Amino acid sequence: MDKLGTKKFDLQKLLAPAALVILYILFSIFGNNFFTFDTLKNILESSYYIGFMAFGVTFVIIAGGIDLSIGTVMMCSALLGAYTFKQHDWPLVASLILTVGVGTVFGLLNGGLIAKLKLPPFIATLGTMMMAQGAGSILTKVQSQTWPTATEPVGGWFKPVFIRSELFGAKNFPVGAIWLFAFFIIAALILHKTKFGRYNYAIGSNEEAARLSGINTDNWKVGIYTLCGAFCGMAGIFYAAAYTTITPGTGNGQELNAIAGVVIGGTSMSGGAGSMVGTIIGVFIMSVLKNGLSACGLQAPWQTFFTGLVVIGAVLLDIQRTKAANRVKKG
Amino acid sequence: MSEILLNMHGIQKYFPGVHALDNAQLELRAGEVLALIGENGAGKSTLMKILTGIYTKDDGVIELYGKPTEIQSPSHAQQLGISIVHQELNLMQDLTVAENIFVGRESTKGLFLDKKEQNRKTDELLKSLHLNITARTVVKRLTVAQQQMVEIAKALSYNNTKILIMDEPSASLTTAEIEDLFTFIRRLKATGVGIIYISHRMDELKEITDRVTVMRDGQYVDTVNTAETTIDQIVQMMVGRVIFDEPKSHSNVAPDAPVVLEARNLCSDMVKDVSFQLRKGEILGFAGLMGAGRTETMRLLSGADPKTSGQIIVNGKEVKIRRPKDAVQAGIGYLSEDRKRYGLCLGLSVADNTAMASLDSLTSGPFVQDGKIAQVTQEYIQKLRTKTPSGKTLARSLSGGNQQKVVIAKWLLRDCDVLIFDEPTRGIDVGAKSEIYKLMNQLAAEGKSIIMISSELPEILRMSDRVMVMCEGRLTGELDISEATQERIMTYATMR
Repeated sequence: MDKLGTKKFDLQKLLAPAALVILYILFSIFGNNFFTFDTLKNILESSYYIGFMAFGVTFVIIAGGIDLSIGTVMMCSALLGAYTFKQHDWPLVASLILTVGVGTVFGLLNGGLIAKLKLPPFIATLGTMMMAQGAGSILTKVQSQTWPTATEPVGGWFKPVFIRSELFGAKNFPVGAIWLFAFFIIAALILHKTKFGRYNYAIGSNEEAARLSGINTDNWKVGIYTLCGAFCGMAGIFYAAAYTTITPGTGNGQELNAIAGVVIGGTSMSGGAGSMVGTIIGVFIMSVLKNGLSACGLQAPWQTFFTGLVVIGAVLLDIQRTKAANRVKKG
Repeated sequence: MSEILLNMHGIQKYFPGVHALDNAQLELRAGEVLALIGENGAGKSTLMKILTGIYTKDDGVIELYGKPTEIQSPSHAQQLGISIVHQELNLMQDLTVAENIFVGRESTKGLFLDKKEQNRKTDELLKSLHLNITARTVVKRLTVAQQQMVEIAKALSYNNTKILIMDEPSASLTTAEIEDLFTFIRRLKATGVGIIYISHRMDELKEITDRVTVMRDGQYVDTVNTAETTIDQIVQMMVGRVIFDEPKSHSNVAPDAPVVLEARNLCSDMVKDVSFQLRKGEILGFAGLMGAGRTETMRLLSGADPKTSGQIIVNGKEVKIRRPKDAVQAGIGYLSEDRKRYGLCLGLSVADNTAMASLDSLTSGPFVQDGKIAQVTQEYIQKLRTKTPSGKTLARSLSGGNQQKVVIAKWLLRDCDVLIFDEPTRGIDVGAKSEIYKLMNQLAAEGKSIIMISSELPEILRMSDRVMVMCEGRLTGELDISEATQERIMTYATMR
């Protein structure tokens, strides 16, 4: 019985990776030039900033919360980084630190509002979402800001370090993927192997029981939102490395892409369940879909449409799975 | 002998891997209250779900009003005059009594609702049941007992109800409210309705039921007349073994045993100037009626709620307890009566729950030591004889008694010396109950000190070395177990 149960559980875990592989194979057969190094590179590159946001918000969602501010906080971070570098001649390293710092501060603000002042996460982060969008525009005087390109004398190393460079014999090696995987491993270790991660699940599963067990839930919640903010700051760096120019007033809607990735990966919106592996696979499923559909000649509207379909499908599947698991237990 | 309304016999029901009902039977007469009892998993609910059309039987016969009948669906059961009042209240809190009773079959006049007619019918029904409630009252303004009565009225509003099933109707009621419920049930049975009454509370059976049908492991055991049998005999039939429920005659604690915990003048909104001492190895019972402030007092001790004034002294030193973390650090572990809400993370594993309060000592460097957690979890599973397939099993899938053991393991692993058990056996079936008792005695013998809140007087008398009695937020009495009786405790518990 026990053995059977474990086996079944493993099969369920394989569902998302299997979906990713099947999608990749299908597009390789039916898509134009899909099965190429360039496409693979594109798939990876369109996963970077969404991936970082998704890592961060995975912590928040498992803790039973939500963070709507991640998209605009990412943009605000990237804007201020570029602004200090270009307009105030900061060293690039300092601007990069500032970029992560801005995200972290917004995360801290979210955590304080939610854990200490007891605002509902939806409302608190809806507020900071708008504040971040406004703040980025105000501080840059509504001017678009640009990060250095690879050919610039000052800070020319920015793109080669964060997005692509000549490496391992490839002309355009996707360096960002190394960063993404490194931080994926760090995030997974934090979530699955540390006390922080364990409390994260406990808070999402039953916050009051966690508190009565002697866990200072309020402080840990501040930590969780702050970590999410830091990941959004990092997402800002990779957005900048991919798009170079940051326009004030944007970023709205990006949070939903990241949250969709988390949900596709099987993390429960009601908290207490989910995994980092699921999240990275969810993010990859979205970018395979995006690149695959365009290889099949279907453009942006179709991509959005199908992503929506996949989100609904993934959650439906999850509900069926939970139902089936509960039925087995009762019998 | 009155008419036989229902006769179920030879009922079989299989679930994947489980033979849930094996030759189950049940007979109900008009105008009687029949208790249906058995431990959790004995098959009571399955049998009732077959009777109400939720499950279909795999074999056997249901004779309804003398005719063999196949019950096809819940609505079919309703048409046949079978109604059920579920354990949890299913009323919509913001709607009126009338709207709740007639939900799904509202009175209409053309396209529009006819509220006047609906309210009139409801008032008529409530009046016929001698209920002092009006149709227009919003449900959330009613007491839990009144809501329970509305549920029953709703079940009876299907005007042909002949058979009424009540699933633990008293579980959330206070003593006074239970009295109201019983008066109501007596009136109802006088009208000829047959009532199947499911309950875990043995003392109630004597008071309200005519006959008792006992089930065990999906099988029918026996049906006896309540008046001609003792509770001990019934319990023995349920568990198939003898359980001794003798009150403790004398305290097991030496009078000079060291005081491990002292509360001085604890105060909050609900708690008025409570002071007491707890000695090493002692089981200190807290008796009182519902709402006497016992849980509230313990929530102050465990830091769950802030106190307005008072001191808490642990091992001779005052400790400032502002949040649960402070209490846990001082070695005070609180086991709530509501394990699911306050005790466990149901969606996490047994191991995660066991280690929840002790992660500080189970971490090396930045990482949690999962191997060590698995090992200590296994040790406690064995020590407490927790029935679980493994430490990885989700807490949700354990039975109430085993969930309680997981919470106990959590505090033992944290090395708490003071354990506060709030209604330790609520919702736990009889067999598991005696195991929890044994465990508590063993813990006390090992030098742990225990505070036990219980609303069941036999439990208080059986477990405690000393009894504190509370009423309306105050301590009204203290009794050594050698001088404690149910009567004396009740006197203190009602002392204003």
